Amino acid sequence: MQDLEALKAEILASFEAASDVAALDAARVAALGKKGALTERMKGLGGLDPDARKAAGQALNRLKGELTEALDARRAELEGGALDVRLGSEQVDITLPVRPEVQGRIHPISQVLDEMAAIFGDMGFSIVEGPDIEDDFHNFTALNIPPEHPARQMHDTFYFPERDDGSRLLLRTHTSPVQIRTMKSGAPPYRIIAPGRTYRCDSDITHAPMFHQIEGLVVDEHTHMGHLKGCLIDFAKAFFEVANLPVRFRPSYFPFTEPSAEMDIGCAREGGVLRIGEGADWMEILGCGMVNPRVLDMAGVDSSRYQGFAFGLGVERSAMLKYGIPDLRTFYDADARWLRHYGFAAGDVPSLVGGLTR
Amino acid sequence: MKFTLSWLKTYLETDESLEALSAGMTAIGLEVESVEDPAEKLAPFTIAHVVEAAPHPNADKLRLCTVDTGAGQVQVVCGAPNARTGMKGVFAASGSTIPGTGLKLKPTKIRGVSSNGMLCSEREMGISDEHEGIIDLPEDAPVGEPFAAYMGLDDPLFDIAVTPNRADCLGVYGIARDLAAAGLGQLKAPDLTAVPGAFKSPLDVRLDFAPGAEDACPLFVGRYIRGVINGPSPKWMQDRLLSVDLRPISALVDMTNFVTLDLNRPVHVFDADKVSGDHLWLRTGCAGAKFQALNGKEYELDDEMTAIGDGAGVQSLAGVMGGEATGCTGETVNVFIEIALFDPVRTAATGRKLNLESDARHRFERGVDPAFAEPGMEVATRLVLEMCGGEASAMVIAGQAPEWRREVTFRPSRVHSLGGVDLSEMVCEEILGNLGFDSYEVGSDHLAVEPPSWRGDIVGEADLVEEVLRIHGFDNIPAVSLPPLKARAGAAIELAPRRMGWARRALAVRGMSEAVTWSFMPRAQADLFGGALPALTLANPISSDLDVMRPSILPNLAMACRRNADRGFADMALFETGPQYSGDSAADQHRVVAGMRSGQAMSRNMYTPARPVDAFDAKADALAALAAAGAPVASLQVKPDAPAWYHPGRSGTLALGPNLLGCFGELHPAVLAALDIDLPLAAFELFIDAIPVPKEKAGRTRPALTISDFPAVERDFAFVVDADVSAEQLIRAARVVDKKLIADVALFDLYEGEGVGEGKKSLAIAVRLEPKDRTLTDAEIETLATKLVDNVKKVTGGVLRG
Repeated sequence: MQDLEALKAEILASFEAASDVAALDAARVAALGKKGALTERMKGLGGLDPDARKAAGQALNRLKGELTEALDARRAELEGGALDVRLGSEQVDITLPVRPEVQGRIHPISQVLDEMAAIFGDMGFSIVEGPDIEDDFHNFTALNIPPEHPARQMHDTFYFPERDDGSRLLLRTHTSPVQIRTMKSGAPPYRIIAPGRTYRCDSDITHAPMFHQIEGLVVDEHTHMGHLKGCLIDFAKAFFEVANLPVRFRPSYFPFTEPSAEMDIGCAREGGVLRIGEGADWMEILGCGMVNPRVLDMAGVDSSRYQGFAFGLGVERSAMLKYGIPDLRTFYDADARWLRHYGFAAGDVPSLVGGLTR
Repeated sequence: MKFTLSWLKTYLETDESLEALSAGMTAIGLEVESVEDPAEKLAPFTIAHVVEAAPHPNADKLRLCTVDTGAGQVQVVCGAPNARTGMKGVFAASGSTIPGTGLKLKPTKIRGVSSNGMLCSEREMGISDEHEGIIDLPEDAPVGEPFAAYMGLDDPLFDIAVTPNRADCLGVYGIARDLAAAGLGQLKAPDLTAVPGAFKSPLDVRLDFAPGAEDACPLFVGRYIRGVINGPSPKWMQDRLLSVDLRPISALVDMTNFVTLDLNRPVHVFDADKVSGDHLWLRTGCAGAKFQALNGKEYELDDEMTAIGDGAGVQSLAGVMGGEATGCTGETVNVFIEIALFDPVRTAATGRKLNLESDARHRFERGVDPAFAEPGMEVATRLVLEMCGGEASAMVIAGQAPEWRREVTFRPSRVHSLGGVDLSEMVCEEILGNLGFDSYEVGSDHLAVEPPSWRGDIVGEADLVEEVLRIHGFDNIPAVSLPPLKARAGAAIELAPRRMGWARRALAVRGMSEAVTWSFMPRAQADLFGGALPALTLANPISSDLDVMRPSILPNLAMACRRNADRGFADMALFETGPQYSGDSAADQHRVVAGMRSGQAMSRNMYTPARPVDAFDAKADALAALAAAGAPVASLQVKPDAPAWYHPGRSGTLALGPNLLGCFGELHPAVLAALDIDLPLAAFELFIDAIPVPKEKAGRTRPALTISDFPAVERDFAFVVDADVSAEQLIRAARVVDKKLIADVALFDLYEGEGVGEGKKSLAIAVRLEPKDRTLTDAEIETLATKLVDNVKKVTGGVLRG
């Protein structure tokens, strides 16, 4: 037995001496392998008498168990150390920047158009489009603006060269021709909005030769001016996200509506900052009115039976007011810094349920 | 239209406040664009008496003034050369802000002597540029009283926007008339007292129009006044004109301007002694005639323009501008006053053709009151006699006023059914009556309404509804939300614009930012990208830089990249979703999604080496956007036949058979050079309208999903092929071997050079097999591999790389 104690001490020392998992494995083979010291002892049991063999066997088995335990413990110890070493070697400077990713931006014009479509879509409007290059009939005549009408001077029109028949095409000065196209292409009732590019031969700080409008048209047998007000007030509250937005309607003039009005919203201008919905100032946001019976007649809609309203809304202007964008000309410059600052994230799809804006 | 409060009050008896009048004008459709109340800025400044102006102890040029402000005496140091004992001046107390300089005064010490407040110059008061000395008021100026009131500078100035239909409000009297109808005061009638004619005018008028052109001037009223002295007009008239920024010239000229603004009645005065012959004629058909206008410019007439002439030729452009040759001067003795009615359409056309604006044209083209020619002449005559003396002839009247009386049928119930507000017939009649409309009942539910002579804009029932509503107040119409429609099945937006939206958001996800650029561009740039048709050239571009409709969006994006690079942002990723034009019909306007990357594909970083943008960046963007827009991307054919503005070897098209969905690639170096761009640019253009429209499906259900639990197997093959074999050909050849089993063929390596031979290249593909019903055996895989190698060889000539 003395002998076994010595063997045990020797093997345990060899385990302890192993400095890594490989050395430990070598020590394991030397002790417990096929030709290991303990295994050899086990083989020697056969030469003993049964009683002695039983006692020695039990002792050897016990020792084997103890050694295996010690081996596992030492292995765990060594492995843990190795992991520590590996972890140490794998350390990075976690303050390093991430791989570059670029955030794309949605232009405020598209975003605001999406917002408006969400609001009007919810009110049952369909969204339709019309061509930028128009003829005189759709842009003017059918809208009750005959050739010499002074209202034509309010529209600085871009023209194309005169054609053989003397007519000339033009760039639409407003989205109102889509009213005519809509009415000519189907029977009432109509409840549509028509967003799009519009053009005026005018360029300064507050005018761009191209800008965007949204046209609205509601025609049925019962829509009156109260509905016009209700619809546009509902729209303005939803769009500007101000529940008690002050609004006023002023009589105005458009040849294609009668009565005609302009809609203002209440705002405050203090220190160069515009605040919507408070204060004593008024800001014009759109022109509107009851569709002139002549326009209905010219579009082939029976004005003795049908009536309704139309409106036209500047998209850039709305975006400027809502988001505090100071300069119209910057909309068309594609300046990286401007787009980053005033643009919208790809995932910010406006919805009335989820909110128009974050 | 500008006018002052005191001018308005010559026709409107009112106690309403400035705010109430201003709000009232806006509420009835006379939009107040600004009200300038000079009294507001000048309120703090009072009349003061300089009790003593003594020398300053420490400065030769300064004076030490003891000033009686009416509220006590203060000491003021003053540098004005005209400061003197006993004078009356304008005092600004400490704490007030000087309008001319914007400086706020505070007690201070000037050269060691304390000074409290300031004696002001006209420039400091913001009333003129005069700054030679301080304001020197008359001796009897009341000390302590507001300076503005004393000087008559407390008259608020309105500027209102008059809409084209309200020609009647282009005169102060018309505005007063509308305000009175709205209950904001009592209208005071102008003095229309007739001036008897003392003799027969030696000058006659002949309306000499060809048949059909008589309406160019239906009525001409003239009057000869002899023996006038055309000096300066009196102060009251000069003040009126100055108050609206008009320069007084002479009594006769000032009279014409005044009557135009005051009563909305354009007037012209001829120097009768400069008129040749015994009559003025009016006619059209004066093509080629030249005429020197009062603005000093020469104009050539055409056959459509209405001219007034005499024995010497054309002397006036009717309704637009008079002529220099017969204009009034200080030496004028005998005059002939013209008050006429000119056709709005012809007047507008003449003015537009000659690019000639005038107050008269502005009014004639909108329509002047046809019943106010003779009354207007009485006013003009009386003013001339008052200011210039002389003796008036009897009126010369040629033609007659056109019939303006008409009846418009009006159902008061329409105020409710169209206007949305319930007003009784009585209220409607009262409002219309106040506006000068006569009405009488002609049926149980409708009235016959006769608009007044000055309301030529009223043509139908809707106009009358508007009249009633605007006086009642638009704000008093109850707002009613739109009644909901039946629920809609499907989108409110058509497919094509929705596709634009999907592509837009997808590209933003890929890090591209959306630009919105002009629909027009310089011809030189358009020519690099397919060119613009003559029909798409603007006749009147805003500048030669924006003269043709864009045949492609790319030049605009390229210039945007260049602008950004100039600002230090060379690495850009921009896109635009908008129109491009291949002709002038609606069908020639195409919905395009175009994008462009410039500079380096990714900003410099420690993970991946820098590389310039290339065709495959553009291809990836194009495919992603097409996929988002709903194009069947897997079926697209890629061919190296992009348009000429792309790099011929580094570009391609994406098509479904003959149907071109897009192009992509690096831009042609020659195009970059022509655009003066020194950046790598990779771009794409997608034609959204060309994407096939999916068949109307019964529902939104997707096909059943079959997924297999049997293990997928991936095998790699490397083929040596001729250099001109495309990757697409190889992949297709591999894929068709077993369309059921082969789930994917991915190319993962391209090698050219040593080991594969001249004119050859090695393409390596990973083939993924996904069995649906069993685990594949080695033998089966081997058989498939052999078939695949055979087919690749057959189709492309490629051999398995040893």
